[in-house]
Amino acid sequence: MVQNDRNSPDVIAPPLAGAVGVSDTVATAPCHRARMTAGESGLLQADTVNQTDATRSDPTLWLLAVRDQRDRAAFLLLFEHFAPRLKAMLLRGGLRDGSAEDVVQDVMLAVWHKAAQFDPHRAEASAWIYRIARNRHIDLARRKAPPEPDLLVEPEGAEPDAAQIMALGQEAALLRRALGAMSPDQARVLEQAYFEDLPHSRISEMTGLPLGTIKSRIRLGLERLRRDLNELRQP
Amino acid sequence: MTAITHHLPDALLDAYVTGNLPHAFAVVVAAHLSLCDACRARSEAAEMIGGALLDRIAPAAMRAGAQDRLLAALDRAPPPSVPIAASGIFPAPVMQALGGRPPGWRMLGGGIRQHILSADSEGSLRLLYIPPGRAVPEHSHGGLELTLVLQGSFSDSAGRFGPGDVETAHDDIDHQPVAGPEGPCICLAATDAPLRFRAMIPRLLQPLFRI
Repeated sequence: MVQNDRNSPDVIAPPLAGAVGVSDTVATAPCHRARMTAGESGLLQADTVNQTDATRSDPTLWLLAVRDQRDRAAFLLLFEHFAPRLKAMLLRGGLRDGSAEDVVQDVMLAVWHKAAQFDPHRAEASAWIYRIARNRHIDLARRKAPPEPDLLVEPEGAEPDAAQIMALGQEAALLRRALGAMSPDQARVLEQAYFEDLPHSRISEMTGLPLGTIKSRIRLGLERLRRDLNELRQP
Repeated sequence: MTAITHHLPDALLDAYVTGNLPHAFAVVVAAHLSLCDACRARSEAAEMIGGALLDRIAPAAMRAGAQDRLLAALDRAPPPSVPIAASGIFPAPVMQALGGRPPGWRMLGGGIRQHILSADSEGSLRLLYIPPGRAVPEHSHGGLELTLVLQGSFSDSAGRFGPGDVETAHDDIDHQPVAGPEGPCICLAATDAPLRFRAMIPRLLQPLFRI
């Protein structure tokens, strides 16, 4: 059952070598109208979109179109991009093919229903969707929903801060570059932590992930994130 | 509220973000993140890594019809799930662990009270109420103890801990926290092994109190 190339253009690409190229292909063909849609929303002003085009990933713009216009075409673009990746992540996490498909469905439904909670000042679509998927996976594995911190809600009518959004996108680009420069061994440790399960008995001897370089690279981004969080909390 | 000065160690924060923390510890971390902007930003940066890894994973093809199945599901009503919200000194994850009800305190002796939120083989989670100036009996534990102050303060050999502060105590520490004089100290504590109190409660009775 692989004749779903309409649903998922990724299937025709060779899995490993093509990962980067595939996402480019997926992103460039259909993104134009989603980008227009996000621009028309008024939440991202036209010049904001232009400014951020270079650094914001298209999935974030699609997610904003889903959030603000309930845009189904943009939602399908999110599905085409993320569903095969979420499935791959869940398979890495030990789910069987059928269960992984079901969880992907759950996750994408949650993306649709929770889109109002997405805040582009603090996350890109991929990070936000990663969290939903990871939590859903834990919920299933342990039959207990993982605890999440209090929701932070953007004040009604708050203007988007283009500079902050752009800065986050730049940090994300730096982060991607840093990840790309990691050795295969380092990448494997990271992927194991983010996609697979560690035995809990090791908790007291956990020493942390090999993130030193990456963390120093995104430190500036942390400052900005923190400032933004502080502003959100001002009454 | 005074500024938070005791934060989460990187290893715990990473383990929380990647879903590798036992439930009891994850609740304490989520409660701290509810109160601490600095650690919230750190956790969101760690999630960015998860997102970047997701973006570059080799995709696995979805089955035919998956997209139609999803679109059909969109039109059904969303599952009605209104998560329990924060209340008073208790952040949302604590209120959720309480099932939305106020704590039902049990006396431990010496004016100290506890409410056990969960206890299983992976660890236990409890709320502790310590009267002002009172010492929690000296204790040690087999593993890691993570304690978040929700109200008041306590001090021990590692310093003073006020609202929002979190203490990470490893098994080699014998510590005796003393509540500050300003009022009762209420904290949320997770342990991955039973606490061993040195005094106050005879060891034989400890299983009764699940401490």
